[in-house]
Amino acid sequence: MPEHKVETKNLNLFYSDFHALKEINFKADKNTVTAFIGPSGCGKSTLLRVFNRMNDLIVGVKMEGKVYVDDKNIYKKNVVVDELRKKIGMVFQKPNPFPKSIFENVAYGLRVNGENNKEFIADKVETSLKKAALWDEVKDKLKKSAFELSGGQQQRLCIARTLAIEPSIVLMDEPASALDPMSTAKIEELIYELKENYTIIIVTHNMQQAARVSDFTAFFYLGELVEWDTTKTIFTNPKESKTQNYITGRFG
Amino acid sequence: MINKRIQQTLAFGAFRIVSFLVVAILFIILGFIVVRGFSVISWEFLTSMPEDGMKKGGILPAIVGTMCLIAGSMIFAFPIGVLSGIYINEYLTDNWLKRFMRTMTNNLAGVPSIVFGLFGMALFVNTLKFGDSIIAGSLTLGLMVLPVIIRTTEEALKSVDDSVRLGSYSLGASKLQTIHRVVLPIAYPNIITGLILSISRVSGETAPILFTVAAYFLPKLPNSIFDQVMALPYHLYVITTSGTNIEETRPMAYGTALVLIAIVLFVNLLANALRRYFGKKVKMN
Amino acid sequence: MKKFRKQIEKFVEGILFTSSTVTSLTVIFIIIFLFKEGVGLFNSKPVEKSYTIAINPNNPINTISSEHLKEIFNQQITNWKDLGGNNDSIMLFTLEDAASLFTEEELGPDFEYLPQKINEYILSTPGVIAYFSDSYIPVDFGGKKIPVSKISVGEFLSGKEWYPTSSPVAEFGVLPLILGTLWVSIGAILLALPIGLITAIYLSEVSGQRFRNILKPVIELLAGIPSVVYGFFGLVVLVPFIQKTFNLAVGETALAGSIILGIMALPTIITISEDALRTTPQSLKEASLALGATRLQTLVRVIVPYSRSGIIAACILGIGRAVGETMAVLMVTGNASVIPHSFLQPVRTIPATIAAELGEAPFGGVHFKALFALGIILFIMTMGFNFMVELTKAKKYK
Ligand SMILES: Nc1ncnc2c1ncn2[C@@H]1O[C@H](COP(=O)(O)OP(=O)(O)OP(=O)(O)O)[C@@H](O)[C@H]1O
Ligand SMILES: [Mg+2]
Repeated sequence: MPEHKVETKNLNLFYSDFHALKEINFKADKNTVTAFIGPSGCGKSTLLRVFNRMNDLIVGVKMEGKVYVDDKNIYKKNVVVDELRKKIGMVFQKPNPFPKSIFENVAYGLRVNGENNKEFIADKVETSLKKAALWDEVKDKLKKSAFELSGGQQQRLCIARTLAIEPSIVLMDEPASALDPMSTAKIEELIYELKENYTIIIVTHNMQQAARVSDFTAFFYLGELVEWDTTKTIFTNPKESKTQNYITGRFG
Repeated sequence: MINKRIQQTLAFGAFRIVSFLVVAILFIILGFIVVRGFSVISWEFLTSMPEDGMKKGGILPAIVGTMCLIAGSMIFAFPIGVLSGIYINEYLTDNWLKRFMRTMTNNLAGVPSIVFGLFGMALFVNTLKFGDSIIAGSLTLGLMVLPVIIRTTEEALKSVDDSVRLGSYSLGASKLQTIHRVVLPIAYPNIITGLILSISRVSGETAPILFTVAAYFLPKLPNSIFDQVMALPYHLYVITTSGTNIEETRPMAYGTALVLIAIVLFVNLLANALRRYFGKKVKMN
Repeated sequence: MKKFRKQIEKFVEGILFTSSTVTSLTVIFIIIFLFKEGVGLFNSKPVEKSYTIAINPNNPINTISSEHLKEIFNQQITNWKDLGGNNDSIMLFTLEDAASLFTEEELGPDFEYLPQKINEYILSTPGVIAYFSDSYIPVDFGGKKIPVSKISVGEFLSGKEWYPTSSPVAEFGVLPLILGTLWVSIGAILLALPIGLITAIYLSEVSGQRFRNILKPVIELLAGIPSVVYGFFGLVVLVPFIQKTFNLAVGETALAGSIILGIMALPTIITISEDALRTTPQSLKEASLALGATRLQTLVRVIVPYSRSGIIAACILGIGRAVGETMAVLMVTGNASVIPHSFLQPVRTIPATIAAELGEAPFGGVHFKALFALGIILFIMTMGFNFMVELTKAKKYK
């Protein structure tokens, strides 16, 4: 029986009065890639941000239901949010490196979590950059500002930054939407490799991308989880007509 | 790992204390002047002439003088400020002239008030031979608040959505008609706020009027714009520092300070109320 | 009809354009007038116009620097040999001495014979140095007139003494005033920056909407209180407090000025640094939190560095404001024109000097011009700060 890394039970979420997520029941297994698809505004990012409690930052958000990570309810009182977030990496739509050097960007997560050992940090920075397939491009300019990298490189830097703190789950919100096809291909390749060790959830508007990289696909519409199955099933034999319409481009 | 959270709790607690300190400073200053000044204020204090080396009597001429300076400077600066704001924001396209004018406005805003005093004295009092007079003081103060009015006008115009302008043009309206009938009506509440805030600034400034209008002791009301007048801020300055009898003029000083603060408070409240009122109105539309 | 409308449009545009030139013209006129009056200082002598300084014709000395003149009349130099002359003690003579040296008869009705007497006295006294009005120079004057050199820019900027009304030689050294201004202003920023920055941080990143709603009007009011009211408050509350706390002879000190100016600079610093902090993209904060950083770590390591240039701009602008502030400083700093050595001493700033002395300086005189020259220095200082602000704003993180 596969172990569930992430699970929601009857999850409802409100932005003040706006009902953004409705009765979501979702599971993601260990070492799988799940793609979230659906038209704009249907709640994909919102659900993604539920898993690392990023919505805590938004005033007026109310939640009902349960969310488990590694079978622990992450919205229980005694959960320490920054410990949780350390376990769950997140990559954003636009590359957003810190205004620091390339090295310091990757070292950041280690430093804020109390790591002071220089050698350990240097080691970790190198392996993370290697995992993110960026090492060869930046190894000679680690001290340079992260802003000197191209958009695609910046995004891989952000992935490396996430990997450095050894999360077990990586959330990606349209990680390639701001990138050119070459960089996109690199990121997709990377996702494929990372699957070995991580549980990945990726939001994407690109159907081919979802088909290429994911094992499971969840289709959302107006805050509801309409259909959720293996990617193969969703793209070849969806049960719901809404899903069918969406993936064939008839609406959304 | 626990200690980074303790650190945060401690730091945020300290931040909170510091922020409350800022609030406390305001209340200490206001409270002190209100408490000490309140007993001095009476109808008579506000409406009679100073007497007996300013130990007795009221501050009427200073109040009237300050009102004259507010009126004089606004009659001059408000139209010019609003018109330049319109020109800079609506007529100038993003070129060097626009940047130049913005820089000049910034520069003028950065000129210290005492330098305005020097300038006003050299230009209005001496060169144009207005003498120490309401007109010299008003012009000096007016030039000083010009940048405030220009900036608020510009901000107000910038906040008007471009689609409104395009909509008006597409109906065949000219530029002037668009500004006059569409843009200004939307922008004017904010422009008025700028006016009010510059009144607050003018009423309290001392350095620019030291050598252009302010009289030390002049127990009569002005007859023309070429007369000297007393003014509240200058009055407060002289009776606290250079009177012969500083102790005995203290009550009058508290009273004057309270009147000055009351003007500023009133003007600020008015600006806030207007902002809220118009803010609601815009939302309803 | 259409043509008419076009003309109106052109006309209105003309009026708008004219109005918009007023600010630029004002800046230009300010510069012109300041320089017209102020630069004249370097064309004047530090003695009163139409006064003469003369010595005995046999005295080998031909020129005396204004600094030495001052020391002579202050009786700090008492022998000509100190200036490289003969070993004669210096005898000061001013018109006030005439009354004690000569009898009324000798002087005659309406001081008719005074010029004669002065001449005689100068010729007969080897160590004399006389200072008197040109109108008392007799036709056959036998004394040696000492030319007084003009005030130089160097003397003005580096002079350590500001005695604009001392007689016969006034001293216009602005160093103590410049230093006084900088001390008070920098002291103010040192006090206001931590408080202002922390408040801005609290406001933008920590507190809820409710505290914001309280603090915003408070800041507006703090910015709205006239500087003379701050000065008054400082004078009646802060100054006595400082005097008692530090057990000083007078409470009017640089410290009092810095505290009051610091309070006055708070609104500027809070508003501008808060604006700067708010420019930090939400995604950057989230990225930091997503890596397990606490909010405090995110603040210190990401938000503050990101808004660095805005915070620096706030700081410079705060100093610029403080440098130009007049009334409050005038009222609480004690206005002693000495080079400051401690914050518990009275100091005098440039704006306070102008405000305090312009009223008494005779129009067009040296002192008057010197005050305009101070105005130039102040103007240049504040423009310098403005320029630095523009620079830091233009220079985003690289
Ligand atoms: N901070 C917020 N406050 C109020 N409403 C919000 C907020 N964030 C999102 N919403 C609303 O919640 C709904 C879901 O938003 P969400 O960002 O999850 O959509 P999405 O599926 O990620 O869309 P997209 O594909 O465009 O990124 C939208 O209707 C949006 O308007
Ligand atoms: Mg989204």
